[in-house]
Amino acid sequence: MDDKAKPVTGRERYRPGVMEYRRMGYWQPDYEPKDTDIIALFRVTPQDGVDPVEAAAAVGGESSTATWTVVWTDRLTACEKYRAKCYRVDPVPGSPGSYFAHIAYDLDLFEPGSVVNLTASIIGNVFGFKPLKALRLEDMRLPVAYVKTFDGPATGIVVERERLDKFGRPLLGATVKPKLGLSGRNYGRVVYEALKGGLDFTKDDENINSQPFMHWRDRFLYCMEAVNKAQAATGEVKGTYLNVSAATMEDMYERAAFAKELGSVIVMIDLVVGWTAMQSMAKWCRRNDMILHLHRAGHSTYTRQKAHGVSFRVIAKWARLAGVDHVHAGTVVGKLEGDPATIKGFYDVCREDFVPKRLENGIFFDQDWTSLKKMMPVASGGIHAGQMHQLLDLLGEDVVLQFGGGTIGHPMGIAAGATANRVALEAMILARNEGRNIVSEGPQILAEAAKWCTPLQQALETWKDVTFNYASTDTPDFVPTPLAAE
Amino acid sequence: MRLTQGTFSFLPDLTDEQIAKQAQYAIDKGWAVNIEFTDDPHPRNTYWEMWGLPMFDIKDAAAAMTELNACRKVYGDRCYIRLSAFDSSHGCESVKLSFLVNRPKDEPGFMLERQERGGRAIAYTTHAYATDKPEGSRYHD
Repeated sequence: MDDKAKPVTGRERYRPGVMEYRRMGYWQPDYEPKDTDIIALFRVTPQDGVDPVEAAAAVGGESSTATWTVVWTDRLTACEKYRAKCYRVDPVPGSPGSYFAHIAYDLDLFEPGSVVNLTASIIGNVFGFKPLKALRLEDMRLPVAYVKTFDGPATGIVVERERLDKFGRPLLGATVKPKLGLSGRNYGRVVYEALKGGLDFTKDDENINSQPFMHWRDRFLYCMEAVNKAQAATGEVKGTYLNVSAATMEDMYERAAFAKELGSVIVMIDLVVGWTAMQSMAKWCRRNDMILHLHRAGHSTYTRQKAHGVSFRVIAKWARLAGVDHVHAGTVVGKLEGDPATIKGFYDVCREDFVPKRLENGIFFDQDWTSLKKMMPVASGGIHAGQMHQLLDLLGEDVVLQFGGGTIGHPMGIAAGATANRVALEAMILARNEGRNIVSEGPQILAEAAKWCTPLQQALETWKDVTFNYASTDTPDFVPTPLAAE
Repeated sequence: MRLTQGTFSFLPDLTDEQIAKQAQYAIDKGWAVNIEFTDDPHPRNTYWEMWGLPMFDIKDAAAAMTELNACRKVYGDRCYIRLSAFDSSHGCESVKLSFLVNRPKDEPGFMLERQERGGRAIAYTTHAYATDKPEGSRYHD
């Protein structure tokens, strides 16, 4: 690793031709990042024979002002300010050939309050750069000066709970299944049964938009009948995430406006609508007192593999800036990717006001959110009532636990499935607050409740052996040690 | 019907011993315990009547239980009573726990009124049967 190269300056620097990135000013090992700099941490895997420092400097160059050759027009600008500065390159522990590169960007490189501009800069071109085998954006430090240019979540955890009048426990949801094919009328039946049975929310799946089997208006009308009927049956506020994702912003606004007209408390969008659409909907929700749920559809195409892509912790940070209220962030114990230490990092990004550097959770920087509202993480995919103690222990209280199959697949029907989940949850919270150790006593606490709650007893029996024990691909590179890392 | 507002409504009604344990949990967290009552259980009825001020400075759940029992003596037959815990720390400044500790003898529930509008849309109103009677005389014959 050649980290001794010094930047070339003056006339020499602008001689026409090609020059190494590290000599053009994109490698500055003595640079001290300013409090207002945006810092990105990349995992860089150079091609064979490419020096890691040169590769890291190239990442900084290609994600800021550089092109492949020297251009004299740099000299018409305060180019030293606008150059990204790679100031540190470390080998990745236990991963020969890969390096962590710290790169600082001046705040003036970014449009205030625009996630799309941030992403276009940081991940715009550079991920296809030929001298790199692979590149992954692991984490970002967003300076307070930049965070404060965003509105953040439309509602936030605290206000969501106040609006719903639900405190002291995770919220419960379920995704309507089968996710494709139900008519509006049959779909609403699932919503009604699940909400009446004890859930707080039901949810459209990511690909429920407006298909031949169910037009979106039909779904909204039947779902709101179900929500209101369940509300009257229980005296509780209920909601269903009406997916307003559509082909154009105009369509999305039309669907969101109809959801509002019908009295829904929440709408949802998919990550694949893009950052501009997400931010537009966040602003719409702010203006219209609506909670905004984000389904992270498509994220695993770029978050799951460790060598290349963008870590979900970065996606979560962007989502918090963009302003969604709910984001799917993993279950640990369910059917989808999720290493416990890594997921803890994601949840902290969603819920904490100050997230300290914790390498063992994949968090590389202190991040101060300066009172930007908090996102409610959503745990969904292959979870059931028998895991309630583990879910509460791992994920905490401010989370939506979504049991789709674990509600609708109950042998005695959807309402019974919902009741089983609600009873399991309340029993576990009661026991935890009484001082019982829910990790060790969890199964016993569930068994005690199942004695008087037949639906819970049936749920425990049905899913008792279901676990998803597979090795995770997205894991931290650092293990906790008793000593401070620095 | 059975009103299922609050953290523990799907469990059998809590005993006083269980209520005291939850109150002590809240007190130990530094939260203020508050007792509120109402005879209008509409899900959007946010402001239940306060039984005195939130108990900011108590150390022992026994004090909360004394207040709860005094409230029950006056309103127990005809009101819902809830115990809530308030966290004043920065970033929350809101309720952390809220559960029912008393139900009226009979819970008549809610009527769902539907007002038909154009395009098959319906305007819904949730109406508590209890509120058909004047305040104070609800849940009485």
